[in-house]
Amino acid sequence: MGFFQKIAEGIKKTKEAFSKKIFFAFSAKEIDDEFYEGLEEALLTADCGVTTTDNFIEELKDRIFKNKVKQPEDAKELLRDIMMEDIDYDVPKYEYPLVILLSGVNGVGKTTAIGKLANLFKSQGHSVVIAAGDTFRAAAAEQLEIWGNRAGVRVIKHNEGADPAAVVFDTITSAKSRGNDVILIDTAGRLHNKKNLMAELQKICRVVERELPDADFRKYLVLDATTGQNAVSQAEIFSEDIETDGIILTKLDGTAKGGVIMAISDVVGLPVVYVGVGEKIDDLIPFDAKDFVNALF
Amino acid sequence: MAQLFESLSDKMNHIFSKLRNKGKLTELEIKQAMREIRVALLEADVNYNVVKDFTAKVSEKALGDDILKSLTPDQQIVKIVNEELIELMGSSYQKLKVSDKQPTIYMMCGLQGAGKTTMCGKLTKFLQKQGKKVLLVAADVYRPAAIQQLKVVAGKAGTEVFEMGQIDPVKIAKSGVEYALRNGFDTMIIDTAGRLHIDQELMNELVNVKKAVEPTEILLVVDSMTGQDAVTVADTFNKTLDITGVIMTKLDGDTRGGAALSIKAVTGKPIKFSGTGEKMEDLEPFHPERMASRILGMGDVLTLIEKAQDAFSQEEAEKLQKKLKSNSFDLEDYLDQINNMKKMGNINDMIGMIPGLAGKIKGDAKIDEKQMARTKAIIQSMTPKERRNPDIIKASQKKRISKGSGTTIQEVNQLLKQFEMTKEMMNRMQKGGMKGLRGIKGLKGLF
Repeated sequence: MGFFQKIAEGIKKTKEAFSKKIFFAFSAKEIDDEFYEGLEEALLTADCGVTTTDNFIEELKDRIFKNKVKQPEDAKELLRDIMMEDIDYDVPKYEYPLVILLSGVNGVGKTTAIGKLANLFKSQGHSVVIAAGDTFRAAAAEQLEIWGNRAGVRVIKHNEGADPAAVVFDTITSAKSRGNDVILIDTAGRLHNKKNLMAELQKICRVVERELPDADFRKYLVLDATTGQNAVSQAEIFSEDIETDGIILTKLDGTAKGGVIMAISDVVGLPVVYVGVGEKIDDLIPFDAKDFVNALF
Repeated sequence: MAQLFESLSDKMNHIFSKLRNKGKLTELEIKQAMREIRVALLEADVNYNVVKDFTAKVSEKALGDDILKSLTPDQQIVKIVNEELIELMGSSYQKLKVSDKQPTIYMMCGLQGAGKTTMCGKLTKFLQKQGKKVLLVAADVYRPAAIQQLKVVAGKAGTEVFEMGQIDPVKIAKSGVEYALRNGFDTMIIDTAGRLHIDQELMNELVNVKKAVEPTEILLVVDSMTGQDAVTVADTFNKTLDITGVIMTKLDGDTRGGAALSIKAVTGKPIKFSGTGEKMEDLEPFHPERMASRILGMGDVLTLIEKAQDAFSQEEAEKLQKKLKSNSFDLEDYLDQINNMKKMGNINDMIGMIPGLAGKIKGDAKIDEKQMARTKAIIQSMTPKERRNPDIIKASQKKRISKGSGTTIQEVNQLLKQFEMTKEMMNRMQKGGMKGLRGIKGLKGLF
């Protein structure tokens, strides 16, 4: 299945709920207050947030005026462009050795995403090792080991309560001697307002930068698509504490509209790099802005 | 939990403060305020339709003659908003039902990552305090290591897990009931796998578990950070399973949690608890009326008092009183008090429940929990004799204590001074009640 099909399939429910409202809004007879109200509702209920919704609508009004658009149907194209411009980024290609660190609040699906990433890189012919850096949650390392087994990838773990930075150090040492070219680091879920846990994350980053100064080091924040405007503050605060390269958006296969992608991009300026659209090991796919927006309309 | 709704509460306060001291309000001013309330609610992830209804209702009442003519219109509007918030979240705290037939069965359900397994542990702790003997039943047969996690959680809560590995959850639930009856458990909690509400097959599985064991309550566990979709999820679970209540988790994560405002309105089912932290004790019964006053920055004294009652047993209180009467309050007791304070939970959360303080204490002004830990370390570095009689602590002892606790001599001195002050304060309270407290300076920084 191609990426476009998979995205279209994965976000079917997302699409249904979102498109219905968008479709409804654009089926208005003329471009008037009612039309904009319907559009506002569609965007707000898709979790785009108040600020981004306002920005989109202002921009749309502007372009409608400039392009002398009269029909709601023609305005649709304009909105599609606006959304596309908002979330389309040039993400630099990976270089190897590659280190990917996942962080995020509790329950967003970090461990699962690690398992799926391991599978993805392995299928591309890379040699992968996983650091079980979540030493806090009960049975997190066990969960990761099961994913590791499924993907056929080694998992380096310590006991519960161990220093995650030490786990990462051991993993890097092991990767160097075994010649792994992709290191995936799982971390404990943390609520972004807990200072000491954020410091722990910074320590992990320091270890990676010291031990592998030449590696391509990507720090991704994992977000749950069902999250509302909290996702924006999560993205803001995480990227304040550690320089974040992008977002992995999980659980997009529910009915959540994922409009929060727009808000994060608009407000925080971070690209989405992967989306999770199902429970199977190959259900994490590289994000493509064009495919995503096209699938929505 | 003080942080819960803090930003919403801040915004509401800001909106109301603009109305304050204005004397009479014009229709335009009220409309402007309603628009701002609408944005504040939407930003807090309250469902679009719920916001629409809410602002319509408040507007209608606020634009009535009474308010336009009132001399204190801002207070009237706060009152209306407060009433409507309570209306939205349900009027009173709904206790968990207990079955006449043993065992009482609580079935947990929800999306992946909502926090079901952790909540099982917290609920166990909560029920144990009421004298219940609780069995945890592991029916999450899908997520890798879920059973393992439940076992760890059960260990922390001090109970056992009934599991049969990864077989049909219906069978597990049924056998769990038999096991509970045979082994004298009066209550059991079934931990089910997280699932998408649109996954027909897995939703059917829950229906089958329900049919098989007829749970006393079916509790939907919802992540407070859920966005606009929260109502769709809750509505689907409710339609499929006819849930009896909702538990909101992770209410300490951020300040929004608008889902809590929407769910009752959409499902008609009450929120029964909220999980507020990572410790097993971090569970609070959900009181809508108290939550409304927290959102409006009016504090929540009742919850504070309950927390204190929970942490201090009657016995301890009597012991303390005796000590005070005989004037033998020593550093050991001081340490006990500090430990009790910690049992009540996060101090900064508690401050948020004090009327007038909510939202006023920010950043650096917050009480430093680390300072409390240091105080503990200092006392623990003293010999029992020194703790009972701090007067014998002289320079050389101070040196030893500071070394032992990793602090400085100045900090030890400071603590001893604070202790003397506390003792004096307690003496005065003993003699003259709260009035006796007047005239003691430096109450702040006691800990």
